[in-house]
Parts: sequence; C-alpha cells; structure tokens
Amino acid sequence: MKKEGKEYIWKDYQKEIAEDKYFYVRSCVRQNFFPGSEWAFQKILREELKKDLFENAAHTSCTGIGYHTEIVPFETMMTVVARQFALMTEAGYEHFVSSCITSFGIYSEILETWEHFPETEARAHQYLKEATGRDFIKPKNLAHTGDIIYKFRKEIVAKGKYRLVHHQTGEPLKIVEHIGCHYSKMFPHRGIGGAEYPYVLVGMIEDWGGKVVDYPERRHCCGFGFRQYIVRANRGYSIACSRKKFESMEPYHPDAILTNCPGCPMFLDRWQYAISEMEGKTYGENGHGIPVLTYEELAGLVLGYDPWDLGLQVHQVPVEPLLDKIGIPYDPSKKFLGKDGRDLGRPEAPHFLKFYKES
Amino acid sequence: MRQVVIIGGGVAGLEAAGFLGKMGHQVVLLEKEKAVGGHVGKWDRLFPNRRQGSEVMDFIRKKMDEKVSIITEAGIKSIDTSPDGYAVVLTNGEAIRADAILLATGFELFDARKKEEYGYGIYDNVITSADLERIFREEGKITTADGQAPQKVAFVHCVGSRDEKAGNVYCSKVCCVTGVKQAIEVKEMMPAAKVYSFYMDIRMFDRHFEELYIEAQQQGITFIRGRLSEVYEDQGKVQCKVEDTLTGKPMKVTVDLLVLLVGFMPSPETKRLAGMLKINIGSDGFVLPIDGHISQNETGVPGIFLAGAVTGPKCIATTLSDARSAALQIDQYLKTK
Ligand SMILES: Cc1cc2nc3c(=O)[nH]c(=O)nc-3n(C[C@H](O)[C@H](O)[C@H](O)COP(=O)(O)OP(=O)(O)OC[C@H]3O[C@@H](n4cnc5c(N)ncnc54)[C@H](O)[C@@H]3O)c2cc1C
Ligand code: SF4
Repeated sequence: MKKEGKEYIWKDYQKEIAEDKYFYVRSCVRQNFFPGSEWAFQKILREELKKDLFENAAHTSCTGIGYHTEIVPFETMMTVVARQFALMTEAGYEHFVSSCITSFGIYSEILETWEHFPETEARAHQYLKEATGRDFIKPKNLAHTGDIIYKFRKEIVAKGKYRLVHHQTGEPLKIVEHIGCHYSKMFPHRGIGGAEYPYVLVGMIEDWGGKVVDYPERRHCCGFGFRQYIVRANRGYSIACSRKKFESMEPYHPDAILTNCPGCPMFLDRWQYAISEMEGKTYGENGHGIPVLTYEELAGLVLGYDPWDLGLQVHQVPVEPLLDKIGIPYDPSKKFLGKDGRDLGRPEAPHFLKFYKES
Repeated sequence: MRQVVIIGGGVAGLEAAGFLGKMGHQVVLLEKEKAVGGHVGKWDRLFPNRRQGSEVMDFIRKKMDEKVSIITEAGIKSIDTSPDGYAVVLTNGEAIRADAILLATGFELFDARKKEEYGYGIYDNVITSADLERIFREEGKITTADGQAPQKVAFVHCVGSRDEKAGNVYCSKVCCVTGVKQAIEVKEMMPAAKVYSFYMDIRMFDRHFEELYIEAQQQGITFIRGRLSEVYEDQGKVQCKVEDTLTGKPMKVTVDLLVLLVGFMPSPETKRLAGMLKINIGSDGFVLPIDGHISQNETGVPGIFLAGAVTGPKCIATTLSDARSAALQIDQYLKTK
C-alpha cells in the first residue's frame, strides 16, 4: 500500500472549515445511543478551544431518516432545513455545524440542489415564509462536527493527557475507521479526503498517535443502511453486513473502531453483542469485543475526561480493554452510577461477550 | 517550396510527414517529447497479429527523407496568422513559417488514479495496460510488487471510458482488443496462471480481432461480464468486488495482479492549441473535424488539418490511413492556394 497514492487523492478533497462562531444542530438519535458525545463536543469546543458554539433549543430533527425511508417528502424536508437555516440567520451566525452525518448529507443535498436549481431555493423561501413567517440566509460554511474535531485535532492532542499508544509497549494502537455513507459518498468534495479514502478520521487517529487499520471490507456498510434496519423484515441484512465487516477486520486485531456517524457506532457496537449471543463469536482479544467509539468520545479520552462522564458505560461492547491499553484510569464501581450518584442498576451480562463487572 | 508544420510526432504525424515529403513539400515536425514515436513507441507487441511495435515504427521512419526536419522538445508559445499563412512561435522564440498546419497531437492515457475505487497508485499490485506494455518491453517477465510470479491476474475493461462518472461516455475502441491480446500474452508467459477479464461488452470491431478473442477463450481465459465496483488490498493480494451481470451474482475475486485497461483522453495541450487555432472541440473533448463522414481531416479553418487520435480513439491502421488522407488533403490545399 502506497501512502503517497492516498495523499495524492486527499489533496483534491480539502474543504474549508470555519474557524469559529458555529451554529450547532444536534442529531435526533445520538443522545440516546451515545449520551456523552454531544456533551463532549460542546465541552471541547467551548472549554478547551474557546470557540463560540451557539445552540437554539427550537431546532428540530432534519427529518433525514423519514426522508430516506420515503415518509417525508423532499419539499417538507427542504422547508424544515430552511427553518434550521432561519434560526441560524436570526441568531446572527453563518457557520452551520451538524452533529449527525445523515443531517450533514441532508444539508449538503439541499445546498447542492439549490445551487443547481435556484427555482427550488426560491420555493423553499416561499414555503418557509408561508408556514412560519421566517426567512433565511444560506450558511457560508457547512461542516460536520467531525470536521471541526479534525480541524482542531492537533490542538486537542497538544492539550491532551493520553495518546493512542499502548502505555506499556509504546506501540501505536490499531484503529479501524468507519465513515458514515452520507458524509462523502454522495458529494465527495464535501468530505475531507473524498469518498473512497476519507481522511477525516484517519487524520485524528494518526495525529493522536494511533495507526489506521486497512482491511478489505473497509468501505462496506456498517449494517444500518436505513432500510436494512428500519424495515423490520430486512434486519437479517443489517446484522449480516456488520458481521461481514467484523470477520474482515478480525485478522488485523484492531484495538478499537472509530466512527463519525450516529448509526454506525450503534450497529457496530450492538451487533457485536447480538452476534456473540447468536453464534458465540466475539471479535476482540480473549472473548472481548472490539470497542466502538465516536470521535468526540475518543477526543474526550485523549483529553483525559472521565470515561463514565463520556457515557462509555452505555456501550454494549465494554471499552475497558481499550482504556487499559492506553492506561486511562477508571473506577469500575462508578460505572453504573448516574450523574447524581444514584445507582442505575446493572445490565444483564451477555453469555459470551466478556463483561467487566465491579472488581 | 511550400512548408507544412506538423504538430505531434506520433504515428499520425510521422506518417503524414513522410507522405508530404514525398509529395515535394518541406515539412517541419514538432514533437514535445525528447523522441518521436508517440504512444506506439511505448507498446511492445501490437494487436491483432502481435508483431513488434518497433517494426511499425521502423516502417514509418524509413519513409522520411531530407525534406522532413524534426524538432523535439518543442514547446509552442503561439500560432500567429501571417499574410502568407501561419507562424508557429516556439517557446525558445523561434518562429516557423507554415503554409499549412497538421494537428497530430494524439491522445493522453486516462489517469487511472481518477477511478479512486480501483486503487491505482495506492495498491501495490494494481497496474495499467500501458504499464504492462512497458513490463513486456523492458522486463520480459511479470512479477508482483514483492517479486513473485502472479498466479492469478485480472484485466478490467473500460477504465475511464464508457463511464459517465469519469466524465467520458465514449468507447476507447482499442482497449478491449488490447486487453485480450495482453491476457493471451500473460497466459503464454505463465501457462499455469489463472487469467480473468471483467468486461461490459467485448467490442472486437476490426478484422482478426474476433479471432483473437476466440483464441483467448480457447486458452482458458475467464471472461466475466460485469463492472468492477471496488478493489481492496488484503495482505498484498488484490480483492475485486464485481457483479457477474449474466448470472446476476455479486462476486469477490482475489488476484495477485490487476491490470486496468485505460482508455483515451483528449489532451489539455490539444485543447490549448485548438483555442489558438480557433478550431472546434466536440462534447467528448476531442477535436471536431468539419464533417465526421466526408471531411475527417479538415477543420473549417483554412490551412489547418487533423490526423490520428486527435479526433478520437483509433487503432494504428486507421491512424495511418487518416494521416495519408490528411497528407493528400494538405497537398490539394497547397496546390490551390
Ligand atoms: C494501451 C494501448 C495499447 C495500444 N496498442 C495498440 C496496438 O497494439 N495496435 C494498434 O493498432 N493500436 C494500438 N493502440 C492505439 C495506438 O496507440 C494509437 O492508434 C496511436 O498511438 C495513435 O497515434 P497518434 O499519432 O494519433 O497519437 P499519439 O500516439 O498520442 O502521438 C501524439 C504525439 O503528439 C505529441 N504531442 C502532443 N501534444 C503536442 C504538442 N503540443 N506539441 C508537440 N507534440 C505534441 C505527443 O508527445 C505524441 O508523440 C493502443 C492504445 C493503447 C492506449
Ligand atoms: S474498447 Fe472495450 S474496454 Fe475499451 S472502452 Fe470500448 S468497450 Fe470498454
């Protein structure tokens, strides 16, 4: 594998990412799946990087999941997006940052559509005006939150306490990166590194001391793929997709999987448990799974945040093997305590996937 | 004596130069590279009969006489209109008078790195058909990046051609037969090797091409109709994901060496010259003759003629006929001027 070949491609896909003053929109599902991720993003931006990150509680889902499952029509989705832009305009911001890859794809699709079909943009103004009395200015800069973490990856590691290296051997940790389809597969120039060899997570992994694992099914779907999961009868495809990826990455012994999409970490994490229950098969070392993280969680770990504050206890695949390798301390007895210190109870232990209990 | 400037020293430019010289005209041939020969100068054995490319080059060169002067490493700065024709100004300041100009700047190979999903330039064992010709010519044996003899080799047709995503909807015409020829050559060199060919259609348009295709099948080359969707490297081997569109089944084929049959591209340099000469470019990027049926060599601009792959993909035989036809047209033009 020649790195120069990838670098040649990467130089064609370098997008501009605004420096500061972001209007932030959340994902509709991430807080349930990975509750500490969006919190960590806000903390990193505001407290570590001293950036202006504005959030308006009146913003809504982008309707992306409904749109991709053909429940929400294009015109409706476009008007909802126009409203998000109106909230940004009203707050005096120009840089729109989306926490979700599906939403990022939706915003990109709308902006591209408007660029090519100005009459459609005119309709969006009209619909929004009629429905809400609002108007909007298109964002000057559109980024995914992963792009922002990528942009400041060097600052993060400079402030950080940990690097992605084995604290005993000094070896770089082997990390699989998985990119959400809607990040750059539709509009390669809107993603850092393009569609085939996206660089956004590679940049974080390498600059934080790790080593990227290239494995044959790197581009394969995580298993979400909307219809594969949302249409119940198709769920067999969903788990089969994830399984194909695990089987393909297993010989490379990855220490963790890093993702940039709400759906991917969910499926790559939860299906490891489901496969272990169905087949007795686990993909990590000694009966463990391969820990799956979001980029905010990983950035938080690098910065030395407490793993339980980052919400890592709600992952199905325990993350402790990764914490042990990096040398991040954690208190097992606090794993299942709520923010207020209340004991939230223990989940049922899986039959095969190793589960860290209180020591 | 009338003087013709030929831009491009591939087989088209050279053949036209030889003919124009024989017709009694003074010819200045400008070639941007260090040596003339163009692409054919880089090929080893030619389809359909696998004669050496150098034989064809020798045949063409022999026709040149003292009336043809060749300037290599020639950069063209501008082409100016003068009262008696044109003045081709080189980057070194030299101005060459021309009563007529023949544009024979040929084509460029499709840059396979643009089909990012095939990993050319990234995966060690992904090469192009042009690389394979160089290997045949210079190395005489095929090895993988780690020096092993490949046991499985696959060819991919239509790389950068018939591909809207790559921006080229046209067929490059010669890559099917080149691929079939090369597959046979690989099989002859390494009879135990398994050779695959992933194709959309096999376009064997010319004489003896179909025979070559039959020979390939008889030699046991496996032709799979299906477009390659992506390539991946796994422990040095090349994994190809492809759909067999005849059986409707997705397949994964692991090979030691993957050869991308790259197509023709119009060159940006030709586009620049076409702008100077005020001649038209077609939607495919190649130069447009005045009439595709009856005036292949004329541009509509007096004194400016075309020959060879500058007007689109062609094999050598067609290129040479086109060059001779252009020489005749130029001769006629100069006689009536
Ligand atoms: C992989 C491959 C294998 C092939 N094998 C065969 C085969 O076996 N048999 C066969 O019949 N055909 C074959 N062909 C087709 C063959 O290569 C073409 O028919 C032939 O090269 C066309 O000749 P040309 O002179 O028009 O163009 P070219 O060969 O492209 O020559 C053009 C010349 O113009 C020069 N030039 C370009 N711009 C300028 C400029 N601005 N100033 C000065 N000089 C310039 C170039 O340097 C070059 O020397 C093959 C093609 C490919 C891609
Ligand atoms: S000649 Fe064959 S390989 Fe080349 S573009 Fe045409 S169909 Fe594709």
